[in-house]
Amino acid sequence: MIDTILSGDRPRSMTLAALLLIILVGLALAPFLFPGVRSLETAARICIFIVLVASYDLLLGYTGIVSFAHTMFFGLGAYGVALTSVHMGRGFDALAVGTVAGALAAAVLAFVIGLLSLRVRAIFFAMITLAVASAVAVLVSQLSQITGGEDGLNYLIPRELTPAFRFGEAFGVKLNGRLLAYYLVFGACLLLFLLLLRVVNSPFGRVLEAIRENDFRAEAIGYRVVAYRTLATCLSAAVAAVAGSIFAIWLRYVGPDTTLSFSIMLDILLMVVIGGMGTMYGAVIGATLFVLAQNYLQTLMGSASDATSALPLIPDLLSPDRWMLWLGVLFVLSVYFFPTGIVGRLRGAR
Amino acid sequence: MHHPILETAGLTVRFGGHVAVDAVSCAFKAGELTAIVGPNGAGKTTYFNLISGQVAATAGTVTLAGDDITRRSVSQRCRAGLGRAFQLTNLFPRLSVLENVRLVVQAQGTGRVSLLSMAERDTDLTDTAMQVLRRVRLDDLAGQTVAELSHGNQRKLEVAILVALNPRVYMFDEPTAGMSVDEAPVVLDLIAELKRDHTRTVLLVEHKMDVIRTLADRIIVLHNGALVADGEPAAVIASDVVQEAYMGKDLADV
Ligand SMILES: Nc1ncnc2c1ncn2[C@@H]1O[C@H](COP(=O)(O)OP(=O)(O)OP(=O)(O)O)[C@@H](O)[C@H]1O
Ligand SMILES: [Mg+2]
Repeated sequence: MIDTILSGDRPRSMTLAALLLIILVGLALAPFLFPGVRSLETAARICIFIVLVASYDLLLGYTGIVSFAHTMFFGLGAYGVALTSVHMGRGFDALAVGTVAGALAAAVLAFVIGLLSLRVRAIFFAMITLAVASAVAVLVSQLSQITGGEDGLNYLIPRELTPAFRFGEAFGVKLNGRLLAYYLVFGACLLLFLLLLRVVNSPFGRVLEAIRENDFRAEAIGYRVVAYRTLATCLSAAVAAVAGSIFAIWLRYVGPDTTLSFSIMLDILLMVVIGGMGTMYGAVIGATLFVLAQNYLQTLMGSASDATSALPLIPDLLSPDRWMLWLGVLFVLSVYFFPTGIVGRLRGAR
Repeated sequence: MHHPILETAGLTVRFGGHVAVDAVSCAFKAGELTAIVGPNGAGKTTYFNLISGQVAATAGTVTLAGDDITRRSVSQRCRAGLGRAFQLTNLFPRLSVLENVRLVVQAQGTGRVSLLSMAERDTDLTDTAMQVLRRVRLDDLAGQTVAELSHGNQRKLEVAILVALNPRVYMFDEPTAGMSVDEAPVVLDLIAELKRDHTRTVLLVEHKMDVIRTLADRIIVLHNGALVADGEPAAVIASDVVQEAYMGKDLADV
């Protein structure tokens, strides 16, 4: 049973299993364990980034393809939901149409990019994705009549998913539409993650790993490498787009900074590497740690800085303004000590 | 049996000014084991690369069972029945020994690859792969990562992959090179076994004369990319062109 859900891909480490369980329970019960708007925002963001990072790892870690267009696909999904919600009006149908349209658009665009460049060398694909992603980002900010430009779009989602929809109280927590929205995010992300876990453990996933290891030999034993790479790219793009749609439903706002910016692309790369490339569980660990650090490192450092205010120099170093520096330090340390990522390390360094 | 299973006609490749394979025309009959010999750099591996598609021909054609496959991709040729083992070991280093062979068996399937079933649960695939591993005595090491294997065992796995492909034409490129004296017989016995099954066509690049003498039905000799001799092993080895061109020193070693 558990084996089927996890597609036979067991954590293979007690510590890892425990960590994953803590994260799962933490996210599943987040509204009750950590009440408050800010912690719920953080929990939802973790859910969404787990899927986004996992879908990127399908490409980078499993297939060995470097892409810089992942946030573009994420953005396509988000704008899909935003545009349908604006034009079709508030409703679940708008959300569904926007999600499906965004995923389709992402898959088609990925197919075209793949067709143009995957036959050639891998580095060419990376360059094309960079070019297309920049072009799309510019386009989105230029076409402000449609996309809202730099300001982005605000829109309404069904009332059942907003704080205004109240239906009681349990364990001291108000039950409202926001809670429903969170469980929509959590449930959808859990399903998407398990889907990706299944894909990488399927016969198809094994071929992707073979291509990553040795594309020359994969072709020589009869696999159409370009077709597999293209399909992996489309799938990864479509899942990223759905993650974007979920994000848009959660935020009730899209803008270039929140969905398309290159800094998100960098964040995704960091999360994949910290968690461990080529393991879906790496996405869970990487995204959770990263989003927590992003949201709480500043606070933590603020209090540490105050606590050490009597000492020389140290309060300065711990000043909340320096949180990026510390994140960088954490990143360098983690890559240095865990070159195979946290999951690789926990599973026993190979 | 009468028309050749594999045929090259005027097969040529030029790298810059250098003609690595020079208008080689040769037909291979089903059930025959042909040894391909020639000095280092003669173009043996390149001839294989032209047949299996890793290198595109400058001129000439490759025909498999009557079909012109000269323009086909590597994977298409493989699926059409051309199996290749490489001179330089060419495996999936971070996957297990079993997984390396399973992937090959999986590639033999219907062409539809499932995204939603669990690879691990396909026990038929695993069983077939284990059978192949047993034939090269690698079954005890099935769970090991390829990168951890000794050179000799990696060479055996290279051969296992070719066997798992179950092709119409087997192309071995110096399969026992670098193997110890107690490892080589496993591979040579396996080739002898393929030969006994008279439907298999085998092309074997080999330097060791004793191996060629016991296994080959026929020898072809490449020299500077050109086909310079072709015939019965005894006759080819005795011919002047071979004695002069290349084999004089090798024969003295035997
Ligand atoms: N891709 C390539 N580009 C340029 N030259 C090449 C290429 N492949 C092979 N050659 C050249 O073609 C010639 C034939 O090489 P090939 O590897 O086919 O020889 P071989 O008969 O297999 O030799 P060996 O016994 O050493 O394996 C050599 O001179 C080699 O340098
Ligand atoms: Mg060679």
